[in-house]
Amino acid sequence: MDVKVNILRYNPETDRKGHWEEYILEADPDERILDLLHKVKWFDDGSLAFRRSCAHGVCGSDAMVVNGENMLACQVLVKEVSTPIKIEPIRGLPVVKDLVVNMDSFFDSYKKVMPYLVNDAEPGERERLQSPEDRDRFEDTTKCILCAACTTSCPVFWTADTYVGPAAIVNAHRFVFDSRDNASKQRLEILKDVDGAFRCRTAFNCTSACPRGIQVTKAIEDVKRQTLTIN
Amino acid sequence: MKVIKHSFDGVIVGAGGAGLRAAIEAAPHMKLAVITKLYPTRSHTGAAQGGMSAALANVEEDNWNWHAFDTVKGSDYLADQPAVDILCKEAIDSVVELEHWGLPFSRLENGKIAQRRFGGHTVKEGEAPAFRACYAADRTGHMILQTLYQKCVSMGVTFFDEFQVLDIKIDDGVCKGVIAYEIATGNIHIFEARAVTFATGGFGKIYKVSSNAHSLTGDGPGILYQKGIPLEDMEFYQFHPTGIYRLGILLSEAARGEGGILRNKDGERFMERYAPSIKDLAPRDMVSRAIATEISEGNGAGPNNDFVYLDLTHLGAETIKQKLPDITDFVRTYVKIEPINEPIPVQPTAHYAMGGIPTDVNARVLSDATGTVLPGVYSAGESACVSVHGANRLGTNSLLDIVVFGKRAGQSMVDYVSSTKPMALSENAAEDLTNKIENLMDKDHNLEFSVPRIREELQDTMEENAKIFRTEESLEKQTKILTDLRDRYQNVTISDKGKVFNTELLEAIELEYLLDMSDTTVASALHRKESRGAHSRVDHVERDDKNWLKHSFAFKNDASVKLEYKDVELGNYEPKERKY
Ligand SMILES: Cc1cc2nc3c(=O)[nH]c(=O)nc-3n(C[C@H](O)[C@H](O)[C@H](O)COP(=O)(O)OP(=O)(O)OC[C@H]3O[C@@H](n4cnc5c(N)ncnc54)[C@H](O)[C@@H]3O)c2cc1C
Ligand code: SF4
Ligand code: FES
Repeated sequence: MDVKVNILRYNPETDRKGHWEEYILEADPDERILDLLHKVKWFDDGSLAFRRSCAHGVCGSDAMVVNGENMLACQVLVKEVSTPIKIEPIRGLPVVKDLVVNMDSFFDSYKKVMPYLVNDAEPGERERLQSPEDRDRFEDTTKCILCAACTTSCPVFWTADTYVGPAAIVNAHRFVFDSRDNASKQRLEILKDVDGAFRCRTAFNCTSACPRGIQVTKAIEDVKRQTLTIN
Repeated sequence: MKVIKHSFDGVIVGAGGAGLRAAIEAAPHMKLAVITKLYPTRSHTGAAQGGMSAALANVEEDNWNWHAFDTVKGSDYLADQPAVDILCKEAIDSVVELEHWGLPFSRLENGKIAQRRFGGHTVKEGEAPAFRACYAADRTGHMILQTLYQKCVSMGVTFFDEFQVLDIKIDDGVCKGVIAYEIATGNIHIFEARAVTFATGGFGKIYKVSSNAHSLTGDGPGILYQKGIPLEDMEFYQFHPTGIYRLGILLSEAARGEGGILRNKDGERFMERYAPSIKDLAPRDMVSRAIATEISEGNGAGPNNDFVYLDLTHLGAETIKQKLPDITDFVRTYVKIEPINEPIPVQPTAHYAMGGIPTDVNARVLSDATGTVLPGVYSAGESACVSVHGANRLGTNSLLDIVVFGKRAGQSMVDYVSSTKPMALSENAAEDLTNKIENLMDKDHNLEFSVPRIREELQDTMEENAKIFRTEESLEKQTKILTDLRDRYQNVTISDKGKVFNTELLEAIELEYLLDMSDTTVASALHRKESRGAHSRVDHVERDDKNWLKHSFAFKNDASVKLEYKDVELGNYEPKERKY
């Protein structure tokens, strides 16, 4: 079948601002949106820029806005979206070229929340023990692939880009609720800050945007509640 | 072109599991940079699913010698046994270390790391399948990659994200640094560094149907091959039995480890005929051959009889949800099938390169078949060939390989840097590369010589002529096709002449590595007149230990490939017939 695809193009070397380009592509309904982008790039306009690697929703490279919603281009099939298919870069981060945005501030926010296990106690020669129940408490947030779909769907982030954003809070949650970690207090102090978890207005955009099915808003609520336990 | 110079003691190319593990080892002792064409967390290690083996004996009696036996037997006796001993012995501490750094393994009721069964892993040298693979649901690789990256963040390791290394500088046999291209700006960066580790992963993109990411194009092996460094055991490429039909997306062996069964069009559990004792959990080369045989004998399912089924319907919704959540989601997303109720169409998918850059057990790169060390250059992970996987890798042994030998690469860098002085690179060190890029930029674009066309033909023909079953005829045919593709590649053109995010330019350069990987694969396969592990010659069906208990070393020789051989290092296990 023929599919009409509109892509928001922007080349910093030639364009003052972005503009829509239309492509008519021969496509199979079972193909991924990413396959459509490849068709444009490989057989029509080689200069189209987008990130991708794994092509099956596990690396987090290709979050973009498709028909107004954040998703991974490799995780959605042509038959699941209405046509014409409108594809734009994720919002709230500076566009580098076409569908590629600058991720620096996103990763900086991630790094702010101490996204690593802190435990200075001598662990011994074998693994630390952890019960399946304790392991389950942070299972959901271990799944994050740092794709930025959540953060860039958040209306608070769009207006205040100093907000650490959902993804950073998800990654703090991952450690705050890990029974092996000892730095919850420091992390929660960071998230109590003006640009921390309390900026969240529970719009739930992040939860619907997350391609890994993480309950992002719930994780933020868990973290907020936990900050109330420290003083 | 703008050229910027940096000075480091060591550089690691690649930030997958192997590169990050090396970085953790090296960073405290030197000025170190990790250069990666993808953000680290997007490396394909994150796609690994099923597990990482170590004889922790958390579920049942186990010891590392049994793990070593299985690895050697699985390798069809081509692995170097002293290296296998290191892999299996150091496995235990490696898993524990990852746990200490925070890796959220799945747990047993008693709080210990959970372990599951996997193909080719047995207790007591073949008695029964072993519970040896440590796992975190079916996202073990994701957890390893995240944990290693988190550790690097905590240590403040220096990263150059989305910088692609395109050249290495070796003067008079000594390494002096690498040249990289900054994807966001098109600027060229000279990295002075006397110790360089390549941890660039695999090259599954030489085939059409693959479990590998688009980025897996053999850059490290390609860069070194073009400098005259040989590539080892390239004829051994692993096809994983269960890729999703047509797409090649992997469905981990963990599915069979948890009890999944392969069935042909009649619903028959055909692995009972091919491997009576461990059936569906036989090593991958055997299972992939069994599937290919079923298909060629007309027992495949579907209108074209070209796939078989992976049946999980008897496992129950709870096991599937707890233990195989991601892979069953892939099936729901891409095939719109509910695996709890329906069997899944699968076919073998190009998966893992046993071959690669030759190294010793300390990750030092070897420049010939006699074991000469190339000073300052190291490799670990899928880009390297130690060899611990021989002619066929066992599942779960690669995640192990990347941490065990990634660490050793880091240690070797430290040893080398502490015993040598900084070496300068001249200002014009990037000239070869800038010329190459300017040349590509200046040529008018011609669709006939576009990257996607040449690449598509390469992948289609490699799939047809150099996949699971090979013959002299198919390999000769592919050699000719490769010569023709190489000729066309000399005229390759691109349409994007810009500096910012010009990924078309990078795809053009990667295509040359894909051609190098294909040339060496086909030439090594053509010369090896026996069948061993993943290399099956229909015209030489037997394994021939008398003549071929050898590693092949493929050198670039102008436009062709020259082969040399090196004896396998044996150990405790004498080569025996391989039955399961
Ligand atoms: C779907 C799938 C499932 C798997 N499951 C398992 C499993 O359960 N158990 C197991 O043991 N093994 C498994 N494997 C195999 C295993 O995951 C890989 O072999 C291993 O992760 C490779 O790690 P690596 O560090 O060598 O490379 P990768 O993780 O692929 O990393 C390569 C790195 O090199 C960088 N790079 C490449 N070229 C350049 C360049 N030119 N310049 C700069 N940077 C560059 C990339 O950016 C990336 O950071 C699986 C593989 C796949 C594909
Ligand atoms: S929480 Fe979900 S949407 Fe947000 S970065 Fe992680 S994976 Fe992406
Ligand atoms: S390409 Fe990896 S998530 Fe889409």
